Amino acid sequence: MDEKRIRVLVAKPGLDGHDRGAKVVARALRDAGMEVIYTGLRQTPEMIVEAALQEDVDVVGLSILSGAHMALVPRILELLSNQGLENVRVFLGGIIPEEDVPLLKQMGVVEVFGPGANTQTIAQVIRHVGHSPEAS
Amino acid sequence: MTDAGRTAEAILAGDRRTLARVITWIENQEPASRPVLSALYAHTGRAHLVGVTGSPGSGKSTLVNEFAKLIRLRGGTVGIVAVDPTSPFSGGAVLGDRIRMRDLAGDAGVFIRSMASRGSLGGLARTTGEVIKVLDAAGFGTVIVETVGAGQSEVEIARTAHTTVVVQAPGMGDDIQVIKAGILEVADVLVVNKADRPGADSAVKALQMMQRLGRDGRPAMSLHRRWYDSQPRAMEWAQALLPDLNSVDEWEPPVLQTVAISGEGVEEVLDAIRSHWDYLQRSGELKFREAARIERELDLLLREKLMAKLLNRTRGGEFESMLGRLLEREIDPYTAAELLVHRGADCG
Repeated sequence: MDEKRIRVLVAKPGLDGHDRGAKVVARALRDAGMEVIYTGLRQTPEMIVEAALQEDVDVVGLSILSGAHMALVPRILELLSNQGLENVRVFLGGIIPEEDVPLLKQMGVVEVFGPGANTQTIAQVIRHVGHSPEAS
Repeated sequence: MTDAGRTAEAILAGDRRTLARVITWIENQEPASRPVLSALYAHTGRAHLVGVTGSPGSGKSTLVNEFAKLIRLRGGTVGIVAVDPTSPFSGGAVLGDRIRMRDLAGDAGVFIRSMASRGSLGGLARTTGEVIKVLDAAGFGTVIVETVGAGQSEVEIARTAHTTVVVQAPGMGDDIQVIKAGILEVADVLVVNKADRPGADSAVKALQMMQRLGRDGRPAMSLHRRWYDSQPRAMEWAQALLPDLNSVDEWEPPVLQTVAISGEGVEEVLDAIRSHWDYLQRSGELKFREAARIERELDLLLREKLMAKLLNRTRGGEFESMLGRLLEREIDPYTAAELLVHRGADCG
């Protein structure tokens, strides 16, 4: 019998031009035994939430380098909750100024990982919340 | 109504979140999925199941994206199951087929689900067949299954789909490759994608040559027809409806060229896929294919159930002590298996 696998959507909202960081994280989560759905560059919040719904993921990881996080993240959280997906845990990575982090966490982002974050730490944190009872 | 009944009703009514959730149950083989599948079964059997297989990087996902766009233009709905491999080391997977399917976002007539193969080797996951059933019951007119990037022996898709499309790209080897056994044998439609690249013409010629070789002399029986012959109980049933399938001309798989990235040639491939579906229905071969598939499915389920029962009954030392005797060469494995089966049956 198969055990339950943690399913993670790794997405890049907005107009960023490169996705190396997102790929590094996708690969690290794969090596940590998770199923990672990778959707590529330039996703709208609507596309991301639709993919999260169809793929029934436990976790969404967003990578934003453009500085548009204070617009994109609340929109994605709102759409998730409109779809009844408020149990999906949202992580953020990329270039996020220190002062925005508390605000983002207040909105519901579980954790923000900046440049140089250790991929094993990321995997550990995601595994922890992916298996916690709130995430179904 | 039971919980499972309510869940099934929600799927039939088009609730996409419930659909996604039940697919997860199926993937994880959670007991809750069983009664839902039972309740949905009567609503299956309506969709045209199309398999798309071929080597990694041949353009399967891009083609599937183009097929789905065209089916939507023609007024149909599409469910897509895209299978990618699970790492044998970590058990994890990166499922990247959605990257090529972004044109389909925001369309309620399309549902895309990525599946990891989870250790299964035939090009599909063990539970892909069940996931297809749920999409079929949910009312998608066409269900497209994209396999793991397949090499030569991942032929499971041909026993699952009604129409199997095998995608090749130019430059993948000489014409000996095409007469080897494997996925080319199961194609109902052959596609040479990336036809704008050098070598496309010779790839097409090689495939056509393979087909002509097969037709010289005695008409070659397709893999499918041989498969039907190997499922005698199902065939007895199908033959009552259509006495002699061999009197019906076999489908000849067309060899087509596409440039999926620009959509070139895709319309012709979709037309060929539909022609094959018409052929299956008109000729009566669909009945044989369904019968063979169902017999195999029941067979596998019985094996699983009986095996679980037997292991359960011979637990508590008997199985284990047999292992010990085998290690000591006191008994041979053939006799051991017979003894265990007898004992399993006795205490029932």
